[in-house]
Amino acid sequence: MGKTITEKIFDAHRVNEPFAGTHVLKLDAVFCHEITTPIAINDLVKRDKDRVFDAKRIKAVIDHVTPAKDSKTAEQGKIMREWAHRHNIKDFFDIGQNGVCHALFPEKGFVRPGDTVIMGDSHTCTHGAFGAFAAGVGTTDLEVGILKGVCAFRKPRTIRVDVTGKLQRGVYAKDVILRIIKELTVKGATDCVLEFQGPVISAFSMGSRMTLCNMAIEAGGTCGVCMPDKITAQYLWPFIKGKYKSVAEATRKFKVWHSDPDAEYEKVIQMDISKLTPQVTVDYKPDQVKSVTEIKSTPVDQIYIGSCTNGRIEDLRIAARILKGKKIAKTVRAIVSPATPTIFQAALKEGLIDVFMKAGFCVINPTCGACLGMSNGVLAAGEVCASTTNRNFAGRMGKGGMVHLMSPATAAASAIAGKIADPRKYLK
Amino acid sequence: MKNFSGKVLFLDRSDINTDEIIPAKYLTEITKEALKPHTLEDLELTGFNPGTDLTDKAVVVTRANFGCGSSREHAPWALEVNGIHVVIAESFARIFRQNMFNGGMLAIELPKEDIDALLALKTADTQITVSFEKRKIRCDSSLGVRECAFTLSEFDAELVKAGGWLEYADTRY
Repeated sequence: MGKTITEKIFDAHRVNEPFAGTHVLKLDAVFCHEITTPIAINDLVKRDKDRVFDAKRIKAVIDHVTPAKDSKTAEQGKIMREWAHRHNIKDFFDIGQNGVCHALFPEKGFVRPGDTVIMGDSHTCTHGAFGAFAAGVGTTDLEVGILKGVCAFRKPRTIRVDVTGKLQRGVYAKDVILRIIKELTVKGATDCVLEFQGPVISAFSMGSRMTLCNMAIEAGGTCGVCMPDKITAQYLWPFIKGKYKSVAEATRKFKVWHSDPDAEYEKVIQMDISKLTPQVTVDYKPDQVKSVTEIKSTPVDQIYIGSCTNGRIEDLRIAARILKGKKIAKTVRAIVSPATPTIFQAALKEGLIDVFMKAGFCVINPTCGACLGMSNGVLAAGEVCASTTNRNFAGRMGKGGMVHLMSPATAAASAIAGKIADPRKYLK
Repeated sequence: MKNFSGKVLFLDRSDINTDEIIPAKYLTEITKEALKPHTLEDLELTGFNPGTDLTDKAVVVTRANFGCGSSREHAPWALEVNGIHVVIAESFARIFRQNMFNGGMLAIELPKEDIDALLALKTADTQITVSFEKRKIRCDSSLGVRECAFTLSEFDAELVKAGGWLEYADTRY
């Protein structure tokens, strides 16, 4: 019997199996942010265990509320900053260099095919886009990870989703993953890895693959994963060129991680997306998904383009293409947050920021802020947001607010229309 | 080990997410105790009053996929500082379940018919007694009694005995 990519990664990192079905894995990286890490740091100090297993394998960022909005968030940043400095954690990203963790860390080349990664953040599944096993964990798992460099997992099962067909114009990775979550439901992938295969995925950029893997957790998945290939090697090339002679050689070497043709799956889903239209969530769960064409007129108060799901340069390009020469509706306010400083600079150079500002958008710094209702775009009760983020739970972006998840194209079209709108008519 | 028995808080709904258990705006707190007054304050459940319904409760009984969404361990901590160390559900989201055991607490999965039977015993004073050693729970209420057997993986049971993952891992890894 062959093995899935996840089983191969487990085999390569297993420290032991203390009990049948429980696998303790060696970690290649432990990612940290200022919301879930400070309590772990304080606990380690209290236990007289203020150590890190390997300062080079710890990557830390202040991203959720930045710049600090009040004394409490300033204190969280301070705890992170002082901890990073006293342990000589070089890859620590503070104000000026910081961005949304799941956009920033890939951009720095921190995740490689075959790696194991944990972070105290459920959207850590994003990094599976590189052919890695990357899982969101709680603060205790994070704390043990920081101290020991290990984490325990149940034996992984894998659901494979084969995506075939040709995407229509105006339809993107976000629409594909919303459609997959609708199929699986919010608990359909619990205790499973979601493995994305097929020609549509092979043709996807790393940005699109990250959008897909990012939302695996919304179906309950432990991680999303794509096969590392030439596109992965090209993306990582600046960081791996000392290790491989060429992109072709790296691509060849990455193949050792690919799932075997006779690997065993929990379930295989075939999905032809040729007829897929722009998708949008309609209630308070991410599996409550409809086609934009199916929903009745839905006025919105705020547009939000950003986050670890859709705040990358390709997302901003798609939105700007629709917004160019247009104004947002007088009844809405719109916010764009490029997910990292590098993305922000690229958007400036490409003239995208100019397009957003002329259209009437407020351009804010890279931060998670509004996505989870912490800062920079919190909704009032009764308000509706068209958002490129990943969660539409009740109160997620502010108590009493409603969030509709959608692609950057649909969000941009909705900004112009003042209500949820089909982006295809703006792309002619 | 922690206390695993006492009065029951019934939350008759599936897919209760960690934003509902503790909203993100309180993640700026750096002590567990500070979460106490905000536990379940955004829960979407008819008839539920977070101000009074949590008082004196030690056990939660709920439906499927409890604790979905964010990885925040603040969710089990919020329950813990309210004296709740056991959640009994049809199923859990993976990270929430692991966070419970990582803190030396119990996340017990029971079939739907057992959960239905427990929910049918809902009163203001319904009690559940958990026998960790026998892997059994007993639910007592003025409406009747229900006993259910449960299973735990060996690893999860060891975490509960050790008091959590840090305590377990510290001497072994």
